[in-house]
Amino acid sequence: MAVANEMGAITKAFSGFGVDEKSLITVLGKWHPEQTKSFRKASQFFIQDERLFERWIDKHVEQLKIEFLRFKSAVVLWTMHPWERDARLIKDAVIDGQKSTNVIVEIACTRSCDDLFGARKAYHSLFDRSIEEDVAYNTPGIERMLLIALVSSYRYEGPRFHEDSAKSEAKTLCTAIKDAGDKNPMDDQEVVRILSTRSKPHLKAVFKHYKEISGKNIDEDLVADSSLKHTVQCLSTPHTYFIKVLDAAMNPVADENTKEGLTRVLVTRADVDMKLIAEEYHKQNGVELAQKIEQMVKGNFKEFLLTLLARGDQLKK
Amino acid sequence: MSTLTVPAQVPSAAEDCEQLRKAFSGWGTNEELIISILAHRNAAQRKSIRQTYAETYKEDLLKVLDKELTNDFERVVKLWTLDPAERDAFLANEATKKWTSSNQVLVEIACARSPQELLLARQAYHARFKKSLEEDVAHHTTGDFRKLLVPLVSSYRYDGDEANMTLAKTEAKILHENILKKAYSHEDLIRILATRSKAQINATLNRYKNEFGQDINKDLKADPKDEFLAILRATVKCLTCPEKYFGKVLRLAINKRGTDEDGLTRVVVTRAEVDMQVIKEVFYKRNTVPLDHAIAKDTRGDYEKMLLALTGHRDA
Repeated sequence: MAVANEMGAITKAFSGFGVDEKSLITVLGKWHPEQTKSFRKASQFFIQDERLFERWIDKHVEQLKIEFLRFKSAVVLWTMHPWERDARLIKDAVIDGQKSTNVIVEIACTRSCDDLFGARKAYHSLFDRSIEEDVAYNTPGIERMLLIALVSSYRYEGPRFHEDSAKSEAKTLCTAIKDAGDKNPMDDQEVVRILSTRSKPHLKAVFKHYKEISGKNIDEDLVADSSLKHTVQCLSTPHTYFIKVLDAAMNPVADENTKEGLTRVLVTRADVDMKLIAEEYHKQNGVELAQKIEQMVKGNFKEFLLTLLARGDQLKK
Repeated sequence: MSTLTVPAQVPSAAEDCEQLRKAFSGWGTNEELIISILAHRNAAQRKSIRQTYAETYKEDLLKVLDKELTNDFERVVKLWTLDPAERDAFLANEATKKWTSSNQVLVEIACARSPQELLLARQAYHARFKKSLEEDVAHHTTGDFRKLLVPLVSSYRYDGDEANMTLAKTEAKILHENILKKAYSHEDLIRILATRSKAQINATLNRYKNEFGQDINKDLKADPKDEFLAILRATVKCLTCPEKYFGKVLRLAINKRGTDEDGLTRVVVTRAEVDMQVIKEVFYKRNTVPLDHAIAKDTRGDYEKMLLALTGHRDA
């Protein structure tokens, strides 16, 4: 029945990423009170209260708040100056702790040296602290050395580097990673030095030599999902890393923290390498990123993301 | 306060260049003329002179100075003529190639400059050496020295005046505990010294003194021969009382048998436009001899004249 379809539509409108504002307006806005009551009785979002009325489950209302706000968050983040944006993203990651260290690595490794420094300046203005002092204070144990070094880097951006250095540093990395034994390579001063201070062109050469020595790409030799792996990915093939973030975000069982990755990647990469990310996404997953977003996301939030995604085609990068 | 004296009516850069050209021409060099000009121009004016000289005579003034001058006088004039950021980049690069005794130069640049000046030095380093400062410092240091120096030269400290007193209390305790354990390169100790703002560190160290009875530097003197402890003490001093630090560098440079000209040159050139006046007062208080007397006694010739001009002593 049309009503059953409508109930399905409203249920859908209230689930997943964002909310389908149009359906909510056209359907909910015109339902008779009995239709709304039927919806409440049948819906998983409501329970029968002992005082004989259908009560909205608190958790779902909380979730709705988040979903309604996704569009607003995306728009605000998009409009911000990139320095303020990165500073705020880092601050949120610092507060979130362990589960968001990848965001700090992501920003430290994929921005230009001046943009990263800009974020450090913005951080001073916004939070009256330095990024490195907050990251240092809030990052425990083994990751601290690497993370502080990454956020403090001011890498040389010219093309010149020494081939011999690159070769010997590839060897050093290989030994540290493969002959690690009990020692975590993140704890190795030389690994941190190479990854956090060398220029990106230099590192490109290092990773090339690494593959020649080891037979595998460096990120393939690393334990899944450590900050070290993220560092290496962001420094060599950032699109690989970003595709992972997108995949995790659009996983139906993703938690809120992981879901935020979708907004973050689209907003921060739209004018950088989104086209490449989308192409590689298609190659890897067999489906267009735009299609996946169309499937998983709703309403204004969806439209906004798709618009950002389409920018990649228009910009001559 | 600066000890640099600039004439009330400063000639134009073009006029200065003409005079400098005259000083270089013919047999020998007119050092007095060079001193009378360069030692009495501030950073912006010197920059202008360099630009104008290059435009007019198609030569880099620094290369000419290199050709025409020698020894300590050449070094002091060349360092002085460089733009402060370039100078810091040059000194830092030089320091990374020497032994650990020159690490204090890196500490000076990392800690006695403002965060903005340190950033400018890092940019100048990219431009001149096609590498980043931290990559060279990391590559040329090992162990504890690297653990401390790399974060120091990479820092971009918050420059506000506020300090959190609760944090000061906690961090003073952390510092004290690590010092008692002799864990001088413990990551928390380094974290505090390398990332906190100067105002916060000041508050923490004051708290330290109140709580534990001594200045932290007294507690860091456990082994007078330990070079790492010396660098830690230098870090603390540069962050909290740079004038005292530089006063001491001058004292040691001058008293050393034969004089450590590098140390003397470096302090005079890098502080003349910053706080040399205060350093002189500190020097006098500690040594009962005015700085200009000490310089005059231990150095000679044009080198001496240049140093005296920069520290505010006009010849009769």
